[in-house]
Amino acid sequence: MSSHDMNHETVQNGEDQHMDSTGATAVDAVNAGMSAPSDGEVDRVYLAQGGDWDEIVAAQGERGDETIVVNMGPQHPSTHGVLRLILEMDGETVTSLRPGIGFLHTGIEKNMEFRTWTQGVTFLTRADYVAPIFNEVAYCLAVEKLLGVTEDIPERANILRVLMMELNRISSHLVAIGTGGMEIGALTVMTIGFREREMILDFFEAVTGLRMNHAYIRPGGVANDLPEGGLDHLRRVISWLEKHLPEYGIFCNENPIFKGRMHVAHLDLTQCFALGVTGPVLRATGFPHDLRKSQPYCGYETYDFEVKTWDTSDAYGRFRVREAEMWESLKIVKQCAERLEKTTGQPVMVEDPKIKWPAQLTVGPDGQGNSHEHIKHIMGESMEALIHHFKIVTEGFRVPAGQVYQAIESPKGELACHLVSDGGTRPYRAHLRDPGFHHLQAAPMMCEGSMMSDVVVAVASLDPVLGGVDR
Amino acid sequence: MSSAPQDPARPSDNVSPTTPAPDAPATEKVTSPEAAPKEGVERGDARASDTTHTDNLPQRGLPTETVDSPMVADTQALRTRQGMWGTGSGDTSGYGGMVRHVEMPTNSERPYGGWFDAVADRMEALVPGFSAGRTIVDRDEITFFVRPEKIIELARALRDDAELRFEMCPSVSGVHYPFSEGEELHVVYHLLSVTHNRRIRVELALPEGADGHPHCPSLVSVYPHVDWHERETWDMFGVIFDGHPALTRILMPDDWEGHPQRKDYPLGGVDVEYKGAVVPPPSERRSYS
Repeated sequence: MSSHDMNHETVQNGEDQHMDSTGATAVDAVNAGMSAPSDGEVDRVYLAQGGDWDEIVAAQGERGDETIVVNMGPQHPSTHGVLRLILEMDGETVTSLRPGIGFLHTGIEKNMEFRTWTQGVTFLTRADYVAPIFNEVAYCLAVEKLLGVTEDIPERANILRVLMMELNRISSHLVAIGTGGMEIGALTVMTIGFREREMILDFFEAVTGLRMNHAYIRPGGVANDLPEGGLDHLRRVISWLEKHLPEYGIFCNENPIFKGRMHVAHLDLTQCFALGVTGPVLRATGFPHDLRKSQPYCGYETYDFEVKTWDTSDAYGRFRVREAEMWESLKIVKQCAERLEKTTGQPVMVEDPKIKWPAQLTVGPDGQGNSHEHIKHIMGESMEALIHHFKIVTEGFRVPAGQVYQAIESPKGELACHLVSDGGTRPYRAHLRDPGFHHLQAAPMMCEGSMMSDVVVAVASLDPVLGGVDR
Repeated sequence: MSSAPQDPARPSDNVSPTTPAPDAPATEKVTSPEAAPKEGVERGDARASDTTHTDNLPQRGLPTETVDSPMVADTQALRTRQGMWGTGSGDTSGYGGMVRHVEMPTNSERPYGGWFDAVADRMEALVPGFSAGRTIVDRDEITFFVRPEKIIELARALRDDAELRFEMCPSVSGVHYPFSEGEELHVVYHLLSVTHNRRIRVELALPEGADGHPHCPSLVSVYPHVDWHERETWDMFGVIFDGHPALTRILMPDDWEGHPQRKDYPLGGVDVEYKGAVVPPPSERRSYS
C-alpha cells in the first residue's frame, strides 16, 4: 500500500457527492495496522455512468495513481437500499471501507413523540420494513412493560404474535438469501425466494389487511383475530413452505460456485463480541445465542425449537444458519396453528377497557374497518360508549412515568426498544435499537483486505435494511 | 416503586454464591475485607486499567484531569402540569386549575432484590464511588446513575470482571429532559451480559451547560461497537463524547444545524387542507397533558 500523500482520485457513480468525514471508526482501533483513510487531496474525479469505463481506465492508466476512492452507492442495487460505501482501493483490493448512512432517515423516533402510544406502532413498523412485525412486537412489549400488563396479555394474542413473527422471520430470511444470491449471480434463488415470500405476504394481507406496514401488533394484544378461513389459509402456507423450502438447500448447499463465492467475510466469535454482533452472524461462529431461548417473551419458552448454528464464521455459515432457522420457524408456526385451533374464540386484546382499543376490525364490502355492531352501539345505543371510544382513540391512554428496554430476537439479531414515559399519552422518548445499524459497523472488519466483489457478499450476509438502519 | 424480580424461575436470576447476603447494609460491604478486591482472587480476571494496552486506542481529546461531578437528586422532576390539555386550545375541561408534579421513579433502597444487589456490590467494590447518587429498580430493570469521570473505569470493570462480564453494550440512547434542572441531557447505556444472562442500564445525567453541548467520556475504548451509537447521540442530542475517534453526524447531513431530537427542536410539518378544512401539523394540534 502506498503512502498516504499519494495522489488520490475518486470514482463516483450517480450524483456528485463531497467526501464527508465518516472518518476512522472504532474498528480501526481494533484493526490497527490496516490503513485508515488518508487526508490526501482529491485532484481528479471520474464520474462513472455506464459505458464509459474504457475512458476512465485509459485516463487512470496514464496517470498511474495507486489509490482510488470508490463511492459505492447510495444508488446501487447490491446495497440493499440507500447505503453508501466509501472504498479505498489498491487495484481490486479494498484497503479501507467506511459505510455512510442516513439517506433514509425519516425521523420515526421524533415523530412518535407527537402521536399516541398506539399510533407509535404505525411509525415503527416502517423502520425495518422487511421484518415489520418484529418492530411492532418490540415496541408493544416495551409499552406493556411500562404499563405493567405483560402478564395480562391473552394467550391467543401471544400465539398470534409468535405466529406472525415466525412467518415474518421466514420471509425476512428469504429476502436475505434471495437478494444475497442474486448479487452473486444465483438469480433463481431470488426468484424462488420471492415466490415463497409472496405466499407469506398473502397470508399477512388476509390477517392484517396489508402486505407490509401492518401496524397489526398493538399495545395490549393484536389488532384483530384471524379472518374467516384464516387457519385453512395458514395450513396452505405451511404445506407450500414444506414443499418448497428444501429447494434452497438443493440449489446452494453443495453448489461449488456458490460456496466459492460465500466463503468470505470472516468474522469469528471474538470479533463478534468486540463488535457486539448478534443474530445469524454470531450463530454462524457456533455460539448459540438466541434471545428467544435466553430471555424468552411472548411465551417462546413453551415452544419446541432449536437454536441453529454453523461453524465457519463466514457468509456461507450465515446462509446455512438462516436456511436452518427457516425450518425451525416453520416448526413453531405449526405449533401455533395447533394452539390457534384450540383457542378459537378467545380474546386477542387485554381486558382492561382503559387500555384496549374499543373495537375490533371487520371486513366490509368496502374493505377493512370498524364492525357494524360497534358503530351501531356507539352511535345509536350508548352515549358513554361513544365518549369512551372518542377518548381512547383521540387522547389515548396514559403510561406511568419511567423507562424500559425491551429486546427481542429479530431475524437480524437483537432488536430492542428503549421507551421513556413522562406519564403522558405519548412516548416521551422512543429509541429503536436496530441490528442492521449496529452490524454495519462490522463491515470494515469483514471487508478490508479482501476483493471488491466480496464486499457485496459481506454486506448481504449482514442483511441490513436501511429503513431500520436510518429510521 | 422498587419492584424487584421475585420469580426464582427467571433465567436472569443468577446470584453468585460468593456474594454477601443481599440484606447486609451497603456501606458495610464496601469496606468489609470480604468484598474488597484482592489481587487475582476476588477480582476474577478483571484487569486494572493501568495495565490495559491502550496504545492502539484513540487518544485524541481525552480529558486531562477529572473534576468531581455533582451528585444527582434522589428524584428526577420531569415537569409540572396544569389542567387537562396541553398546547393547542384553551382548557375548557373545567380542570384548568389542577396542578400535578410529574417525577421519574425515585431512588431505590437496598435490598434491590435478585441478582441486582450482587452486581451493585461488585461494581462498588471494583470502582468505589462510581454512583452519582441514584439507583433505580423499576419494572424489573435496574438503572445505575454514574459519575461521568468514573464511567470508563466502571465500564472496563463491567466488561472484564468474571462476576459482572457485561460483554456488550447493545444500545446507547440520549434523552432530553429540558425541565429537569441540572440534568437536562441523559446518556443511557444498555449493557448485556451473555455469560450471566443479565441486563443493566448505566445512565449519565449531564447538565446542559452554557453552550448546550455537555461533555462526557466516550466508551469506544471499552466497547468498540458503541461508536455509531455515540455518533447518533451526538447527532440527535448534541452530547460531546470526549475521546471518540470520529464524532461526526451519522443520520443527518454533515452540514445540518441543530440536534433534531431535542425537545426544543420543532417537529415541523405543514397544514393539511381538504375541502376548505385545515388540520395543523402534528406538533401544533391539541395535546393532552
